[in-house]
Amino acid sequence: MAANPNVVSTAATQTRGAISIRNVSKIYDPGGVNVLAVDDCSLEIAGGEVCMIVGPSGCGKTTLLNAIAGFHSITEGQIDLDGEMLCGPGKPLADQGADRVVVFQNGALFPWKTLADNVAYGPIVQGVMSKSEAREKAIHMLDEAGLSGVADKYPGEVSSGMARRAEIVRALINDPKVLLLDEPYRAMDALTKSIMHESLLEVYDRTKVTIFFITHDLEEAIFLGDRVIVMTTRPAKTKKIVDVKIERPRDYRLLSSEDFRVLMEETKSAVHEEAVKAFEAGERELA
Amino acid sequence: MSNQTAPGSAPSGGQLMFLRAAKALRTPMPYLAFIGIALWLGIYFLLNEYWKIFPFYKIPGPVEVVTEWMNKDPIWGTSLFTEDYYRNIWVSCRRIGIAFALATGLGVPLGLFMGWSKKFKDYTFPVLETLRPIPILAWVPLAIVMFAGFETPIIYLATLASFFVTALNTMLGVESIDESYFRAAGCLGSKKHHVFWHVVVPGALPFIFTGLQISIGVAWFSLVAAEMISGDYGLGYMIMDSYMVNKYTTMVMAMLTLGFVGWITSAMVRIAGYRMMQWRQKALGQGGA
Amino acid sequence: MVEKTVKAPAIVRLFRDETFRRGVVAILVFLVLWEIGAQFKSWFGVMVPFIGKVAPPSAVVVRWLEVGQWAGYWESWYLSTGRVFLGFVVAQVIGIPFGLAMAVNKYFRGMFFPPFEILRPIPPLAWVPASIIFWPTTELSIMFVTFLGAFYTIVINVLGGARSIDIQYLRAAQSMGASQWDLFRKIILPGTLPSIFIGAAVGMGITWEVVLAGEMISGGGQQGGGGLGFFIWSSYMGGVMDQVIVGMISIGLAGYISSSLIRYVGYLAMPWRRMF
Repeated sequence: MAANPNVVSTAATQTRGAISIRNVSKIYDPGGVNVLAVDDCSLEIAGGEVCMIVGPSGCGKTTLLNAIAGFHSITEGQIDLDGEMLCGPGKPLADQGADRVVVFQNGALFPWKTLADNVAYGPIVQGVMSKSEAREKAIHMLDEAGLSGVADKYPGEVSSGMARRAEIVRALINDPKVLLLDEPYRAMDALTKSIMHESLLEVYDRTKVTIFFITHDLEEAIFLGDRVIVMTTRPAKTKKIVDVKIERPRDYRLLSSEDFRVLMEETKSAVHEEAVKAFEAGERELA
Repeated sequence: MSNQTAPGSAPSGGQLMFLRAAKALRTPMPYLAFIGIALWLGIYFLLNEYWKIFPFYKIPGPVEVVTEWMNKDPIWGTSLFTEDYYRNIWVSCRRIGIAFALATGLGVPLGLFMGWSKKFKDYTFPVLETLRPIPILAWVPLAIVMFAGFETPIIYLATLASFFVTALNTMLGVESIDESYFRAAGCLGSKKHHVFWHVVVPGALPFIFTGLQISIGVAWFSLVAAEMISGDYGLGYMIMDSYMVNKYTTMVMAMLTLGFVGWITSAMVRIAGYRMMQWRQKALGQGGA
Repeated sequence: MVEKTVKAPAIVRLFRDETFRRGVVAILVFLVLWEIGAQFKSWFGVMVPFIGKVAPPSAVVVRWLEVGQWAGYWESWYLSTGRVFLGFVVAQVIGIPFGLAMAVNKYFRGMFFPPFEILRPIPPLAWVPASIIFWPTTELSIMFVTFLGAFYTIVINVLGGARSIDIQYLRAAQSMGASQWDLFRKIILPGTLPSIFIGAAVGMGITWEVVLAGEMISGGGQQGGGGLGFFIWSSYMGGVMDQVIVGMISIGLAGYISSSLIRYVGYLAMPWRRMF
């Protein structure tokens, strides 16, 4: 695929959505027992980067996402977005906002709204577009994502693949700085997943939005990411960082390439080690 | 890359119902139902009117009741053709209507706020839970003392029962909404009132309607009790009154009418629910999400 | 490293809990407003609508202490509780098998569910006169109506619960060689238990309502009198309003205790549902 002439890459677009996580710790307190979910974690994510977080279930990686999105507070440390503090000393809970939109694990399209109404929701409640404008744009963007016939259907009527893509459109219509994805394709079969991946890559190539993607699927991580961050089991700390220096645009043929195999090897043992530890610990997954 | 839908649009709600009905007729179910009801009516008739077994014969059988019901000049004074039959029905229905409207109008907003704001719930729930275990009928003397006349205490009792059920179910409905929907709304830039109207209300709707179906049943229950104890007119009163003067046929007629009217009002609530929650019907129609 | 915090004793934690404190405040405010509203006339000479006619909490407490020493009061408890218990047990004994039979066998359901559904909308209390005509004693007639109330509830709940058992469990058992009886005893029965207990708890509430109604309508003078319903009604007839309220609260308490008992039994019977 040739470079898309419609994507304008200026310096401004490149540095938008840079996240700085510094010495963040999070202690949960369910039922009076302190649980250290995240332990002194530091991470710098560049604007426009696709950052994949890999780790065993329940290790605390969702906690980081929740902190960035403003769903949970942090106990120590600081998180900045483009130089401005999201949460930190004196402000443990970040505000929620449309600059960091989340796509959820089990899908969170409002079941009582059609896909088009779901997508149009953000701009309408923020007051940036009128109802008709938002609806028009929503239908247009759904068309672009290959969902033209189903804009007026309810999420319960379409397949999970279509619903998840619609959810991503719902996020993107707000032109966010960061797209936060919490294992969005976890419940899907491999075939649907590969279509989701291509769709996401296409979206990224067009918009260059910063992507913070949590997954336990290493193949998915390397295929999609610019960098893969391997996290330890609870309490979560960065174990290993692997740069994925493969050119974009990418497609599925990458999966059988030599570069890919090398990267898998480099990362696999680290991930497997943590998976075994997590299994032996046998604890129920946190949030 | 674009997805084409199948030619012709998806069936409408009405068409779906018809298709399901047609399908049902091909199963043994409707015929079994017929047999079951016929069996019941048959035994009822045999025990009460034909064999006249003690103590069954003391209560009028189906034939006797239906004949009286359709009698232009009824022996005991009430039938399809008499005015006071309809007056009793209307009085009860009107009371139910008022009670249900009041209970829903008060209970739903209260339940929504209780589910949404922990602080609000902490202050209101304890009082509710303390009053709720008191059976509605235990309120009868107090209601008579507090409110003047016949109508108000009766309506108060029916409203009270209905109110508790509605408020509780609405609250549970809000609490049952998946946290993700609140978070999604938040990260899309919603303000509080957006969350209320776009997440809380629609999300709680299924539970609200389950609650409404229960609450209309409870309202009838309390209404009948109140009418029997202290009423003038109404189906409950009709039952009690005809019993007092040994007009047993009229009594059974009233009971069956009550059952029928109760069923209709319940069905009305259910249908209203289906219409307001189109998204569920369509999702279920696809075989579940 | 992070240490495990030591938990303070339960009672202290209760008082520190914000929810609990707010609840206490709420109830106190309620009692104060009630007291003021009821006493307004004697304090300020103006009658507050509705509440003004009700006995104040202070009078209720005084009367309760008085009544608590009277054997007849406790006998009322005993009588009502006995009726509730009996009617409730009979409803469960007949209702649970009936519900299970309908859930398990679709022909049984096809035949018996329609008449059941047709009779269900008739409120149990509407059966009282018919019941009195039919049964030889007043006691039995109240029992019958009580039975009806709880019966409908338990059957509906059992039906719903049994039908919602994930078919995978049944298939898993069958693939391990379970017989029909095994399936019933080991999968359907335990799977329906939660619904049985919910139906029982709700049915318990209805049973109290019906017993109360029965006692109020047919009590006094005849055999089968007495009970908390009768206590309330005769207090009302005697114009002793604060005693009426004592009766109301007593029966509310009794209902609450019995529901809690059921929930506790359910908790014991279903160890797999105890979480954390």
